[in-house]
Amino acid sequence: MGSGGSARHDAIIVGAGHNGLVAACYLARAGLDVLVLERNPYVGGAAVSRSLYDGFTYSNCSYVCSLLRTEIIRELNLPGYGLQIIPYEGGCTMMRDGGHLALYDNHDALRREIARHSRRDAESYERYLRDMLRQCRFIKPLLLREPPDPTSFKPRDIMELLYLGKHFHRLGEQRMYETVRFWTMSCADFLDEYFDSEIIKAHLAGSSIIGTALGPRSPGTAYVLLHHYMGNIDGAVGAWGFARGGMGAVTQALAASFQASGGKIRSSAPVDQILVRAGRAGGVVLADGEEIQAGIVVSNLDVRRTFLDIMDAGDLPDEFVSQVRNFKIRGSSGKLNIALDALPHFPAIPHGSPSIRGDLHVTDSIEMLERAYDDWKEGRWSRAPYIDMLMPSQIDPTLAPSGKHYMSVFVQYCPYKLADGEWDAAKRAAFGRTVIDTIAEHSPDFKDLILHAEIRTPWDLEKEVGLTEGNIFQGELTFDQLLFNRPIPGYAQYRAPVRGMYMCGSSTHPGGGVMGAPGANAAGAILRDLGRTH
Amino acid sequence: MLSESEPHYRQPLLKTPFHERARALSQVDSFIAWAGYTTVDVFTFVEQEYFAIRNATTLYDLTPMVKYRIAGHDALPYLNRLMTRDIGKLKHSRVAYSVWCNDDGHLIDDGTVFRLSDTEFRLCSGERQLDWLLDSGLGFDVQITEVTDETAALAVQGPTSCAVLTAFGLSGIAQLKPFELAWFALPPALGAGSQIMVSRTGFTGDLGYELWMRPEDAESVWDALMDAGRECAIRPIGSRALNMARIEAGFVLPNVDFVSSERSLRFGTERTPIELGLGWLVDFNKGHFTGRRALFDEQRRAPRRRLVGLDIEGNKPAHNALLYADKAGKHQVGSVTSATWSPTCKRNIALAMVDAPHMRTGSTVWAEIYLNRELVWERRMARAQVVERPFFAPERRRASPPADY
Repeated sequence: MGSGGSARHDAIIVGAGHNGLVAACYLARAGLDVLVLERNPYVGGAAVSRSLYDGFTYSNCSYVCSLLRTEIIRELNLPGYGLQIIPYEGGCTMMRDGGHLALYDNHDALRREIARHSRRDAESYERYLRDMLRQCRFIKPLLLREPPDPTSFKPRDIMELLYLGKHFHRLGEQRMYETVRFWTMSCADFLDEYFDSEIIKAHLAGSSIIGTALGPRSPGTAYVLLHHYMGNIDGAVGAWGFARGGMGAVTQALAASFQASGGKIRSSAPVDQILVRAGRAGGVVLADGEEIQAGIVVSNLDVRRTFLDIMDAGDLPDEFVSQVRNFKIRGSSGKLNIALDALPHFPAIPHGSPSIRGDLHVTDSIEMLERAYDDWKEGRWSRAPYIDMLMPSQIDPTLAPSGKHYMSVFVQYCPYKLADGEWDAAKRAAFGRTVIDTIAEHSPDFKDLILHAEIRTPWDLEKEVGLTEGNIFQGELTFDQLLFNRPIPGYAQYRAPVRGMYMCGSSTHPGGGVMGAPGANAAGAILRDLGRTH
Repeated sequence: MLSESEPHYRQPLLKTPFHERARALSQVDSFIAWAGYTTVDVFTFVEQEYFAIRNATTLYDLTPMVKYRIAGHDALPYLNRLMTRDIGKLKHSRVAYSVWCNDDGHLIDDGTVFRLSDTEFRLCSGERQLDWLLDSGLGFDVQITEVTDETAALAVQGPTSCAVLTAFGLSGIAQLKPFELAWFALPPALGAGSQIMVSRTGFTGDLGYELWMRPEDAESVWDALMDAGRECAIRPIGSRALNMARIEAGFVLPNVDFVSSERSLRFGTERTPIELGLGWLVDFNKGHFTGRRALFDEQRRAPRRRLVGLDIEGNKPAHNALLYADKAGKHQVGSVTSATWSPTCKRNIALAMVDAPHMRTGSTVWAEIYLNRELVWERRMARAQVVERPFFAPERRRASPPADY
């Protein structure tokens, strides 16, 4: 990584996560002299590929890709810098009774698969997809837009509000009602409107709680379902894929694109303080005391870290600080990265079914999912956790030696604070054992194939990546924290209360999921403030 | 019966009970997916297959047509609530073409209702919709079961089809009137004690019948029909030839000529039966039915658009053509949903959704057609006249008994 020296820059980006790098790319392309500062010795934030065991590459944190906006991929020429996203097919939930439900890309195969459980649900699934796609069509144009401030009389805000209103009105009366319900209801209630079969509800409900400190029966979780569905790969809405080389390929391509535009990145350069002088951001101070000047400072960190850790509360409005303190950003997820000596056998998955290459799960009812959430509320990791398990090395051979496999296991729920005290090595190991035992119940040879396992709790995620409480979305995706209320009412337009200071992380609209949209929107706001067109 | 030799994730499409026969006669290996089955698109040559519909007798495998058994004490009131048409007027052993809508009066699908008894009906539709049918059945004593794969179905259509079925052994078939159904004992050589249901229905607009049978009787019925029809050049046809005939007959297809409201994503793309020119299927006097209030309001308003027939100059089918009010192509007034050259009428015909006021019969609109001149593409604005449907309606389709051809 290049050295930025202590010269003055036009803009400093604090944190080299994907959103920080996206914002950096757009600013550098607009001709600004941009410096990105990263506290870790590597860039990427929570979109990283790391080698922790010989011959294996892990997607340590985020592990699959769908939401990254195509506009960003194209405009920043990420394919030209090596990014390739390969869709995977379907997935499978293994049931406690040895049965399974798989999802297939082929329409007729999928219908016959669901019909094994309920013929009615096989046809309701079409209606479910229709309604999800309707919601996607509604939200998609809002993603790469700065949310309007409904209290503002600025011409731009009024125009944007009009746009939002017109866009909403275009849905038609019935769908306006449905949309308001959808954004506020629970995933379980939403799925009950379509399906009878427990297994299909359980399979679909997984995406409503991933990364969320809520259960499937909590209001607001239907939206989280949509949040995981509104991406696309090459026009296939709802499709998810692997970044070849792991999720680090996303941030490596962004970093290369940024550097090609003349941007500079300094890693192992933790920011200790954002300098504010006369109510204006003026630069940063690194942990070693080095001071770097810049007229614009952009934080890729979540709002809690940004405003409570590296800013002085005295530089900020009181009410704002108290709202930041109350911003919901709760850790609820853990992660295991496992090196396997061979592909494990899952007897429930039929031989030859492509679903083994997709996302695998073992939670076969909404009830089981809700009970897993109960454990989190009690301050312990779920005894029967929800897992989102994939073996991307079946599609991307760069991740593991021939014949061996990399398994990514996302685990829900796992609290940041345990009821019986702080996390320690023994508790982390016990958490890992719970997950491994859960998988082993569905795969007799699994345990014998484990060569290495990296176990990450929310506490670890906070320590390593910097996400407060290890919350993967930089803040809950509930309606009170979305659109013009994300992250803080009145501050949804990427501008901090201090002039020259901006936010570009997933704490801002439209939220997390490796979308890149907050970074792009923040860059748009900065360039508009500078009088340049984005 | 259903072939389950390969699991669905390896072989998603099912084979119909006629599949082995069809495969043996297929010369160009042209199969398509239809409602979960693999079926023939073209056997030999589309035009030859088409002319067999208008000149001889054709066999068309319609097993994939989605079939529901609707039975129970409340089957009739249930169907009357579901359908826009008055099913109470449907007598025993009769068939009715009908459509059904959602609460907004938007079309879900069209299909045929067979009255088998006081309390048992069969519904044939293009699309699967068990969830809609079950949800509509709340509060009714009615059982709704999909029976698509329990019933093999074969369309026998063409001007000589009555003669072929008579030779096949269905004595008395000539007396069967349009939209009537009857049960016949299969000729003993084919299956002792087996019954076959025959309805005088079809999708060709010509004289024709549809045969409904047990899957295990399918192959022997096919063989015996091919034998019985040898004299009058019977031949199997695929979906492409049938599509030409159905456009001539002016019949609509869901998700071709209108989007089913079960599939529509964009607001404003859904269509009502009145817009499809199917207002005659809506009976406001029969009491409440799903969509009644919306349709009642709509028929009192000036119509905004309508599905019409077009007679287009030139001979290049206007597939997906945009329609304009002016030859310059500045003011779009609709688009073509189905198009074909009609070999029988010698006209270039199409079904199209056209905005008011251009939807009136006799109006002229302009169709934007792209012509492939040996890979040099040209655009032609073709004059198109709004005409009455159907384009082709021979007297023989209604005659009872049908005359010899």
